[in-house]
Amino acid sequence: MNPDFTTALLGGLCIGIASFVAAAAAGKIPGISGVFSRIFMFQPGDTLWRLLFILGLIAGGMIAFWVFAPSFTAIAPLWMMGVAGFLVGIGTRVGGGCTSGHGVCGIGMGARDSIVATIIFMVAGMVTVFITRHLIGGLG
Amino acid sequence: MRLVVIFLAGALFGFGLAISGMTNPDIVAGFLDVTGAWDARLAFVMAGALGSFALCMAIWRKKKGGAGWFGTRLPTEESEPVSPSLVIGATVFGVGWGLGGFCPGPAIANLGALRWEAIIFVPCMLAGMFVARWLFRSP
Repeated sequence: MNPDFTTALLGGLCIGIASFVAAAAAGKIPGISGVFSRIFMFQPGDTLWRLLFILGLIAGGMIAFWVFAPSFTAIAPLWMMGVAGFLVGIGTRVGGGCTSGHGVCGIGMGARDSIVATIIFMVAGMVTVFITRHLIGGLG
Repeated sequence: MRLVVIFLAGALFGFGLAISGMTNPDIVAGFLDVTGAWDARLAFVMAGALGSFALCMAIWRKKKGGAGWFGTRLPTEESEPVSPSLVIGATVFGVGWGLGGFCPGPAIANLGALRWEAIIFVPCMLAGMFVARWLFRSP
């Protein structure tokens, strides 16, 4: 198999196992957007595990960046990353989840609304990339 | 101990994102670029993540029923009817995802590399989350 596909599959296995362990240990669905956003609701007894999961996410990324130096190519200027972040923040919360919450955990638990959400955000992303890459010709 | 396990799970998640290529916006956009040079890597990541998550859940449920780890209950996901807010939210998320090539996990993991894209994206995402909570009472 193409080595890129092998590391993608291995990375996916890490993500799936990590999601399961976090779900079992926290007793909550550990979708990243929900875990992150609810840190700032400061509910007693429901904040520290969220903060530690997110700090772990950063630490694990840091280790992999340091050891493997994976490639990074931005697709949009910094101001556009701000716009994108704002839309992702609103959209994930109004829609009740992101790629991990709906795409991995929700679908993995057989939730039909998560399948619908995942199809919608993937199609919306595909249409957006079609417009930015093929109609406009890049955001740079 | 429970918190240590959750921290390590977060670390494994971030590690997996980084080795899979998902922390690179160009690879994510390559998957979304179905009319261009399509990059299938995101599909492999999703397949690996979804498969292993569902398998772990199924095995654990068979052995332990609804009990979680450290005295918790395993979360359950009740599928709710598809609401207008789910459709609107998922659409807005998808547009932002396509524009920047970041969804929340890779954006936060990239803070570990101190990339400007992430340092700008994450606070703006948090602002969007506060707006969602304020306007739509989303959690």
